[in-house]
Amino acid sequence: MRIDVKKTYKLFIGGEFPRSESGRSYEVYDAKGNFLANPALASRKDLRDAVVSSRGAAEKWEKTSAFNRSQILYRVAEVMQGRAEQFVSEIIAQEGLTKSQAKKQVEKAIDLWVWYSGWCDKIATIYGATNPVSGSFYNFTIPEPLGVVGVFAGGGDSLLDLVHGIAPVLAGGNVAITLANQNFPLSAITLSEVFATSDLPAGVVNVLTGKHSELASWVASHMDIDGIDGSGLDSQVYESVRLAGTDNLKRIKKFSSTQSPERILAFMESKTVWHPIGI
Amino acid sequence: MNFEYSPAPESIAIVDIKPEYNLFIGGKFVSSKGGKRFESINPANEEVLSHITQGTSADVDRAVKAATEAYKKIWSKMSGAERGKYLFRIARILQERAREFAVLESMDNGKPIRETRDTDIPLAAAHFFYHAGWADKLEYAGVGDKPKPHGVVGQIIPWNFPLLMLAWKVAPALATGNTVVLKPAETTSLTALLFAEVCQQAELPSGVVNIVTGDGKTGELIVNHPGVNKIAFTGSTEVGKLIARSVVGTKKALTLELGGKGANIIFEDAPIDETVEGVINGIYFNQGHVCCAGSRLLVQENIKEELLEKLKRRMSMIRVGDPLDKNTDLGAINSRAQLTKIRELADSGEAEGAQRWSPECSLPNKGFWFPPTFFTSVSQAHRIAREEIFGPVLSVITFRTPSEAIEKANNTPYGLSAGIWTDKGSRILWTAQRLKAGVVWANTFNKFDPASPFGGYKESGWGREGGRHGLAAYLRGEH
Amino acid sequence: MLAVDSNETSIRSFLRNLSPVDQVGAEARASMLSTRSIKTASKLWAIDTAISMIDLTTLEGADTPGKVISICAKAIRPDPTNLEVPHVGAVCVYNDMVKVARQFLDSSGGEQIPVAAVSTAFPSGRASIEVKQRDTEDAIANGATEIDMVIDRGAFLSGNLSKVLTEIVCIKEICGDRAHLKVILETGELVTYDNVRKASFLAMAAGADFIKTSTGKVQPAATPAVVLVMLEAVRDYYQLTGKKIGVKPAGGIRTTKDAIKQLVLVNETAGPEWLSPELFRIGASALLNDLLMQRMKMKSGQYSGRNYVSLD
Repeated sequence: MRIDVKKTYKLFIGGEFPRSESGRSYEVYDAKGNFLANPALASRKDLRDAVVSSRGAAEKWEKTSAFNRSQILYRVAEVMQGRAEQFVSEIIAQEGLTKSQAKKQVEKAIDLWVWYSGWCDKIATIYGATNPVSGSFYNFTIPEPLGVVGVFAGGGDSLLDLVHGIAPVLAGGNVAITLANQNFPLSAITLSEVFATSDLPAGVVNVLTGKHSELASWVASHMDIDGIDGSGLDSQVYESVRLAGTDNLKRIKKFSSTQSPERILAFMESKTVWHPIGI
Repeated sequence: MNFEYSPAPESIAIVDIKPEYNLFIGGKFVSSKGGKRFESINPANEEVLSHITQGTSADVDRAVKAATEAYKKIWSKMSGAERGKYLFRIARILQERAREFAVLESMDNGKPIRETRDTDIPLAAAHFFYHAGWADKLEYAGVGDKPKPHGVVGQIIPWNFPLLMLAWKVAPALATGNTVVLKPAETTSLTALLFAEVCQQAELPSGVVNIVTGDGKTGELIVNHPGVNKIAFTGSTEVGKLIARSVVGTKKALTLELGGKGANIIFEDAPIDETVEGVINGIYFNQGHVCCAGSRLLVQENIKEELLEKLKRRMSMIRVGDPLDKNTDLGAINSRAQLTKIRELADSGEAEGAQRWSPECSLPNKGFWFPPTFFTSVSQAHRIAREEIFGPVLSVITFRTPSEAIEKANNTPYGLSAGIWTDKGSRILWTAQRLKAGVVWANTFNKFDPASPFGGYKESGWGREGGRHGLAAYLRGEH
Repeated sequence: MLAVDSNETSIRSFLRNLSPVDQVGAEARASMLSTRSIKTASKLWAIDTAISMIDLTTLEGADTPGKVISICAKAIRPDPTNLEVPHVGAVCVYNDMVKVARQFLDSSGGEQIPVAAVSTAFPSGRASIEVKQRDTEDAIANGATEIDMVIDRGAFLSGNLSKVLTEIVCIKEICGDRAHLKVILETGELVTYDNVRKASFLAMAAGADFIKTSTGKVQPAATPAVVLVMLEAVRDYYQLTGKKIGVKPAGGIRTTKDAIKQLVLVNETAGPEWLSPELFRIGASALLNDLLMQRMKMKSGQYSGRNYVSLD
């Protein structure tokens, strides 16, 4: 009888898989109550390290052309497709779904990622503008990335909710610190393996597994995080995040699982430029 | 101490050209019903590359039927997301087979391998990539909530950028849910036929893309076929007008991308070295076989001498020769017919009193060649200032003031492109605002991107290709 | 030589009249020239030419006579197993190592190889003019026949152009006919191509025999586009004055491919007359071994390895 080589689930920061600096972990059980894994329980220092990594990656990712970003994101979808079966078995384990249901979720997740990939080089065309101002001026508005966005993954669909949160943030030229849903850490880390093996530059997505209740206040009060997608937080925690986030006026939003360019624009800024027209 | 570059030929071992080709209809290569074959040659050495089928009326009919079937049964029923995935596959395969396509294109068209490798093929793949991402978000194209495709689209493309023009046509058509009957130019069919193989490798449903080869007569059959709902044509203004006439009285939608006589305007404060590069690029890139070429140099009179000196020096460094040599800058003229046209117009320049200049260059014995050339003492009335030469011939005209530059630039029935060279931002915008041209390049030239709409004013055509504007042409709002 | 008054206004006015440089266009031209494919006979010629243009350099705090002697030996005979390989263009060291270098070269068959010294408070240039003068005098007294000086970038960027000019004029006077003067612009600190063009003209007008990109201590250094702009400047200066000024890229040129790209830039910008050590040098150290290994491959057909070239 052959014994499986079991996977360990660590954090994903700067393209690598470190354990939590706190040495903590927590137990995750499958839908039937069987032990699944001891993923890392992220600490405040882990978050601090993740933000430093994200900020470094943001400088380069912002400057990557929209076309290149869309190609890189599309490649992520290619690698996701290659790992479909692994995702399926993790969804079955975590959520207790049937194989057919799990498969559907994985397909939706991949297609949703592809949908967002194709937005990178279209956002400016559709949501930018040249504005007919008075006077001899050329005036244009262009959407630009915000920076570092914390994404609290929802607790509905273990893989799909991750894509709902992360893909639009990246499509807009931002970098994401994903706070995996406490019950669904496996999909988050396997998705990290996809990021690590595709062409996504290190640090563009960092993933921390742990407790939202702890992580929420640390993320909300970190002054070098620019935005938060709080879709995965319960309403009380969400409101406390909004309050703490006002210290640096973070852009904080919550969405129900919508597939919309609004989720991209939510984490973008608008820059308007004037230039005279004359001989 | 002379630094001679040794020959650096790209190997042709990577291509596998068949001695003869059939048509690609309904997902398969099929023989023509009654069609003859014609030779396709390599314009750099006049060697026969292959024999191409002349599509007949029955062939066109068969292709339109296949496209209609595919549209009704499969393509119009498929979600945008699924259509998009086929386009992603095609884009990827083009990237994978990039070298093969680059070599084939260079052999068939005569253009340098450096250009096919670094420009034509990557841009073609990018077009498919870009449009793949539109397929599942058409409600954002600005044509209403539920825009619909036309159905079967007839597409006729020219010989100057064969694969790239194919990409410009096929990618948006497919992304928006149309099916295609495409005719490549008769002197450059090979990359289109190789593209058919890519469609097969991508498992594109049969009949979504059909390739019917042939000359203008085959094109006419496609244009006039009642089963075609929209025509997209890139070629000469002369033929464009004929097509425009033939769709009158029908419900066929039509976009045209025709000729040009682009003005490249150089102000006295232009960054001079980059400007010279821009002038060279504007008219000698692709042997001048470019509809949007900067074929008229409008230079501010007070810097004319300085600019011409630098231009001459730079032109004498242009390497003319074997297109498959990686160091070649200027390749072969695409056909004997085109070479004759270029010579005729260039001779008219001299006959009408303009001064011709070319650097010394040795041209190969076989093949179709023309050295990079410019004419000075050109007036707006000269044929070489008015007519599209479509070759490496530049007409130099002067102006004194910005307003005069605008007047001269706009004084043409064409309106495809223009260039502006100056260090002053407001002047760029002022000039751009006044130019009657669909594409204006400032301090650059001949830049293309799938996200950037391209097309002309006036007799340079109807409609745009690329970007949201180009996409909209392949859709119709709800009626 | 171009006459420029050394007062600030007149220098500014002179520099303002230079043609602007478009960054995107310049980089595109440099990038296109980088695609030139140099093979077979032309590659071999390029390798040997590049070797003969190298200013073999050691500029470390930890330099010792032993280290300097070692690179001098390599400068004379880059490949001890193959005497066909040409010697390098020069040896480049700090001022206090010049004597050691000169003595060793003279006693080992390297009399024809000049010793270049970096000077004027290299690399930063932050010292008084008296210190810079003394630095230069010492180097020449010790046997240096080439001086690589740095311009005062602080003065350039803060608009004190006359200080930049007069310092160069002053050092040139000390050099006289005993040494040729290379003026290092430190393009990485000048940042824009307009600044590079202006600094190039300023240096040439002040009497530079060579303009040099960098100290090698700051990145970016000799990028293709920067070298392109400098080659355009020397070409234009030649057209204006009839005087040919040399160009020396330094820093970041590590592989044969990099070196060949430089030669192509020279060939298609300033022109073939610049393709000699009289008018073009490459400041490098690791490059020499890569050139040797490529040379070996061309002769033998086999890729070479580290053990077949000497460590300096």
